[in-house]
Amino acid sequence: MGLLAFFRRTPATASLAKERLRIIVAQERTNRDGPDYLPLLRRELFEVIKKYVNVDPEAIQVTLEKEEGHDVLELSVALPGKG
Amino acid sequence: MTLETESTVQPLAGQEENAVRPAPQSVGNPTPSITGASKLTEIIVVTSGKGGVGKTTTSASLACGLAQRGKKVAVIDFDIGLRNLDLIMGCERRVVYDFVNVINGDCTLKQALIKDKRIETLYILAASQTRDKDALHAEGVRRVFDELIADGFDYIICDSPAGIEKGAHLAMYYADRAIVVVNPEVSSVRDSDRILGLLASKTARAEKGESKVKEHLLLTRYSPRRVANGEMMSVDDVKEILGVDVIGVIPESQDVLSASNAGTPVILNAESDVAQAYEDAVRRLLGEEVPLRFLQEPKRGFFARMFGG
Ligand SMILES: Nc1ncnc2c1ncn2[C@@H]1O[C@H](COP(=O)(O)OP(=O)(O)OP(=O)(O)O)[C@@H](O)[C@H]1O
Ligand SMILES: [Mg+2]
Repeated sequence: MGLLAFFRRTPATASLAKERLRIIVAQERTNRDGPDYLPLLRRELFEVIKKYVNVDPEAIQVTLEKEEGHDVLELSVALPGKG
Repeated sequence: MTLETESTVQPLAGQEENAVRPAPQSVGNPTPSITGASKLTEIIVVTSGKGGVGKTTTSASLACGLAQRGKKVAVIDFDIGLRNLDLIMGCERRVVYDFVNVINGDCTLKQALIKDKRIETLYILAASQTRDKDALHAEGVRRVFDELIADGFDYIICDSPAGIEKGAHLAMYYADRAIVVVNPEVSSVRDSDRILGLLASKTARAEKGESKVKEHLLLTRYSPRRVANGEMMSVDDVKEILGVDVIGVIPESQDVLSASNAGTPVILNAESDVAQAYEDAVRRLLGEEVPLRFLQEPKRGFFARMFGG
C-alpha cells in the first residue's frame, strides 16, 4: 500500500461482503433446493412470532439439513436481548 | 421438526468423469467427419446472471485459445437484440446472416458462420438484432447444434446474455459444461449462485437425469492490490461461498478495453497479463493442471509504491 493510499484508506469491507454472502447464499439454497413451501412457511412463522415478540425477519432462520435417510428442518429464532 | 423429502443437493462442480455426449438425434444420419472417427463435441455456456461482468470478453478469448490449439470452435452470440460478440471478435462488418436466420431457414448454417481471419478453425455465429423474444427456441437451437456436431466441431461456446430469462435459459439449456463468470463483488456472487441453481435444474441434462453440467467459476476484474488491502473478496472467499472450482482468475486491466476497441480478442495480446490468464484457463479447460497466477500484486518500484493508488 502506498503512503497516499494509507492516508485515504478505503475500509477493508471484503470480510463483511463474504459474511453477508455466506448467509444469504445458504438461505437461498435452502429455499430453492428444499420444498416449495419453505419461503411461505418462513413468512407465516414470522407473522406468528411477531404477535408475541418483536423480532426482525433476519432473526428467523429456516434451514434444511440432510441426514441419513431423512432431512431435518431446523428453525431458529433469535430473540431480542433484554434492555 | 423432521420432514421426509427428496431434496436435491447443490452439486459441486467438476468432480465427475468426462461425460460422453449422446449421438445427435438430428433428422437423417449426421454426416460422419472426414476422419471417419466419431468426434465428441462439447457445448460450453459462458454465463453469469449479472450483466457486464465479462461473459463476452471471456467467450471470445476462450474460443480463440481453443482454436489456436487446433480445435474446431464455433462461438455463438445468444444475446438476441443486443449483438456484441461480433464487435469483440472484430467481424461486425462481415455479418450477413445471424443465428435466428439459420433457425428460421432464411439461410444455411454455412452461410451464417463467419470464418475468423486470424485463426483457421474458428467460426462466429452472430446474434440477431430482432426484438422478437420468441425468435430463439429450444428446437431451433438443437437443430443448429446438431448440424455443428455433424460438421465435426470440437467446441460450441455459447455467449449467454445477462439475466435469467429466455436467452440465458436457452444458452445454458444444452450445455455439457458451464463457465460462470463472476466479479468479486456481492451482487455478482449472489447472481452466480442463482445461475448454479438453474444449471442444476433447468438444463436438458438435469431434466433427463443425465450426469450434471460441469460447472466452473471464472473470476474476472480481479484486483490483487484491493484483495491485499481487504477491500475486495479473494478467489478463496468466492470459491468457498459458491463451492465450485475455479478455472481461471483474470486480472482487472486496461488491456481489455484496448482489445475491444481494436476488435482483437484480448487473449491475442500475448504481452498482457489478461491474455496469459485466459491462456491458463484454456489449458485447464483442456484438462491440464495449471497453477493460478496473477493473484499477487506485481512488485512495484519505490515511487510507484509511495504514490501509486
Ligand atoms: N479483466 C477485465 N479488466 C477490465 N475490464 C474488463 C475486464 N473484463 C471485462 N471488462 C470490461 O467490462 C465490460 C463488460 O464486459 P463484457 O461485455 O465482456 O461483459 P458481459 O458479461 O458480456 O456483458 P453483458 O451482460 O452486457 O453481455 C466491458 O467494458 C469490458 O471491457
Ligand atoms: Mg455480453
